[in-house]
Amino acid sequence: MIEVRIHKELRSKGGDFSLDLELEIPEGQLITLYGPSGSGKTSLLRSLAGLLTPDRGRIARKEQVWFDSQKRTNLSPQKRNVGFVFQENALFPNMTVLGNLKFAQQKGSSHDLSEELIRDLDLQDLRDRYPDSLSGGQKQRVSLARALAQRPDILLLDEPLAALDAEMRLKLQEYILSSHRKFGLTTLMVSHDLAEIIKLSDLTVVMEKGRIRKTGTPREIFMERRLSGKFQFTGTLLELERERVITVASVLIGNHIIKVAAHPSEMEGLLPGDQVVVASKAFNPVIYKVDEQQ
Amino acid sequence: MNWDPLILTFELALTTTLVLLVVGIPLAYWLSKTRARIKPILETLVSMPLVLPPTVLGFYFLLAFSPNNAFGAWIDEWLGIPLVFSFAGLVLASVIYSLPFMVQPIQAGLSSLPPSLSEAAATMGKSASTQLFRILLPNIRKSLLTGIVLSFAHTVGEFGVVLMIGGNIPGKTRVASIAIYDEVEALNYAAANTYSLILFVLTFVLLLTVYLVNGGYLKRFWR
Repeated sequence: MIEVRIHKELRSKGGDFSLDLELEIPEGQLITLYGPSGSGKTSLLRSLAGLLTPDRGRIARKEQVWFDSQKRTNLSPQKRNVGFVFQENALFPNMTVLGNLKFAQQKGSSHDLSEELIRDLDLQDLRDRYPDSLSGGQKQRVSLARALAQRPDILLLDEPLAALDAEMRLKLQEYILSSHRKFGLTTLMVSHDLAEIIKLSDLTVVMEKGRIRKTGTPREIFMERRLSGKFQFTGTLLELERERVITVASVLIGNHIIKVAAHPSEMEGLLPGDQVVVASKAFNPVIYKVDEQQ
Repeated sequence: MNWDPLILTFELALTTTLVLLVVGIPLAYWLSKTRARIKPILETLVSMPLVLPPTVLGFYFLLAFSPNNAFGAWIDEWLGIPLVFSFAGLVLASVIYSLPFMVQPIQAGLSSLPPSLSEAAATMGKSASTQLFRILLPNIRKSLLTGIVLSFAHTVGEFGVVLMIGGNIPGKTRVASIAIYDEVEALNYAAANTYSLILFVLTFVLLLTVYLVNGGYLKRFWR
């Protein structure tokens, strides 16, 4: 269990805001942080890693205190054993893929994890390449491998999949999930993709304006309306067309655009770009008499 | 043809550059990272030699290190070597005089690297010095080369500071730039021309190397 209770005044491009978080992070789970940009997700990860010092509060993992403003304790990032995958990958340009992994390994670790990770994450063809020659998806795969090479207790991923195309995302999601299980990690990941969150996480923390709005399983949070539906999908609202009596919403679900018609009052408050659930309560059965003559 | 001034010039430039590497890298690293209030003041002091007439620098050196005042006498006694009209004094003055040429390129190089590089290394448990020598410096090789060559070339080219604090002692403080001035004063144009031509060609080659290497023109030969 990691206990977090922190306060920090932050200056961001969108204006100043304060970070006020109280959170208990269970160990061994994959937790996603969800919320609009500027809600403090990255700041939370950075505070956990020791890269950002809160103004007040306390962070403790098990018996070990990482930060305590009253006792003036602030464990350096070097001593927290946290793996961090940066949004912009932060691979060392002067080292090969293998070099990056070897550098991350702790000195005197008995067992060479680099080769194993290269195999696990299918990096064989890239091992002697330099980061500059890799594609975005390859870079993030190496970045993940590098964070794992240091055998962290906790893995922090700051929107690692944000800049990737759909196919690459799916692949990397698999790698993240399998590594999380294999190494028994506590993983915190920032994500904006509902499908990804529902697929990967045990627990989701919804953040807004520097505060935690909700914590729960992804299902509890994103399907809270508990429709007794036969089927439901989450997607992104693309546009709303107002016809005379109905409004037609175009929703992107996976790679398909689906049109949903409804009464304008039901569409109130929806804006293009919103994440929405499309559900159907029940199909009306249709019964025909089978004509014997046919 | 007396080679002493040229040899002395290169000894001075080499020593100065080495000292500047040792002093300049930590200073540039600190300046690139710090948010201390005195940072602008330090940056100004580092850059002052760019605009200050070298004679001003030399004049204050002369005053400060003269054995006739308390500070100069104390330094003299403590170090055991005089700092005026000596090679050691020349090195010290040249280090200050060429400081911006070493510090500025390195500081700019370090600031241009994304902070996430050292942050990533920090989460891997690597100390600040490991970050500097294994991650940061290897990724600013161009800036390092620029700093080294510019410091060297600038020290070769100095005149005013040397004249003020070093004087014109053959074999000790009489560097090439001063020898040229001396020969011209003595209407010895041939000797002045030899020294001048050597300095001209040398500085051209040095700077050309920087532009060739940093412009990537030589890459196809070693990759």
